[in-house]
Amino acid sequence: MKSNKNSVSVILNRDERGVLADWVKLQLSSSSLRADLMTESDLRQQSQQFLGLFTTALEQNAPADVNAPAWSEVRELLGQISRSRALQGFSPSETATFVFSLKEPLYARVRAELESDPAALADATWTLTALLDKLGLYTTEVYQKSRNEIIDRQQRELMELSTPVVQLWQGILALPLIGTLDSERTQVVMENLLTKIVETGAPLAIIDITGVPTVDTLVAQHLLKTVAAARLMGADCIISGIRPQIAQTIVHLGVDLTDVITKSTLADAFSIALKRIGLSVKPA
Amino acid sequence: MERIPILKMGQYLLVTIQVDMHDQLAMTLQDDLTAKIVSDRARGVLLDISALDLVDSFIGRMISDISKMARVLDAQTVVVGMRPAVAITLVELGLSLEGVRTALNVESGMDLLRSVTS
Repeated sequence: MKSNKNSVSVILNRDERGVLADWVKLQLSSSSLRADLMTESDLRQQSQQFLGLFTTALEQNAPADVNAPAWSEVRELLGQISRSRALQGFSPSETATFVFSLKEPLYARVRAELESDPAALADATWTLTALLDKLGLYTTEVYQKSRNEIIDRQQRELMELSTPVVQLWQGILALPLIGTLDSERTQVVMENLLTKIVETGAPLAIIDITGVPTVDTLVAQHLLKTVAAARLMGADCIISGIRPQIAQTIVHLGVDLTDVITKSTLADAFSIALKRIGLSVKPA
Repeated sequence: MERIPILKMGQYLLVTIQVDMHDQLAMTLQDDLTAKIVSDRARGVLLDISALDLVDSFIGRMISDISKMARVLDAQTVVVGMRPAVAITLVELGLSLEGVRTALNVESGMDLLRSVTS
């Protein structure tokens, strides 16, 4: 095994420039090239850096395991490249192709070198394949991870955006809920509402669930918890925007909403809230 | 010994919890308050917990118990100024204090107390 890897390293040492030129040319001509997302000079620079570190790692007789410390610099560089590509909008295969496309120019050279010794050629090819595959998979992994980070961040931002508490009148708050309620979101909703109640000193809050697509036992329980917490602080809640379908579901599920004031529309809820604080709307 | 002061305001009693509640303090408060309701013939109790930022199930039950004891002695209780974090904790503990009157601040709590005792 050692000699095989050495033969690759010998080739790379002798002709790194040539391999790099071929590799970059291949990447530029490949259909997966995204000229719209990155410039040729960037690609050339990345390729050069990677090939340099790859050669160094091979020279140090690095083991085939890419998680070994000898490969740490290569992994770091690949991680950077994958991350930046994930952010730029490359697809996973386009990102992995960066490593996989190195096979062609390397194989051609290994073959020319070891043509006389089929067994050694097969061995060298296998070692190289195993290595580059692992590195390619590593890029995909990092890519996936950075994508997940982006998704997580967006979820957080969405969470902050999707739970506004608005003041309808002096002493009346409204919380229009949009989208499915899960435990995490309910927590944010509850905290937002309660903090706002303290800030404004509003004795009434309307929770509007027109935008909540489905209500199951869990969602109902979350709503009841919010209502109970608001009541503990001294504010009453009105739940509005209950669609006929949801009213049926709530009853079928056996959820007890008798202690909560419910109205079918936000307008109804608002009018009862006004009445509660002793106001009425008259035509001018 | 540390005690929570109970202030008399006309026919109402005002209790403001401004220190960390621990179990002994809660028990003393229950003793003092019931005694004071009887001796002052109080009609209502205003329990201000706006400075309380840590509750457990014991304190939660104490609040509920005080309200029940006061009712037995013919006084109404209003709990005011509960913080959001405290409210969430109590709900998560399953203590929604059914039957306890609540208000946002001392002012609205006093209004509520007047309206239920008049």
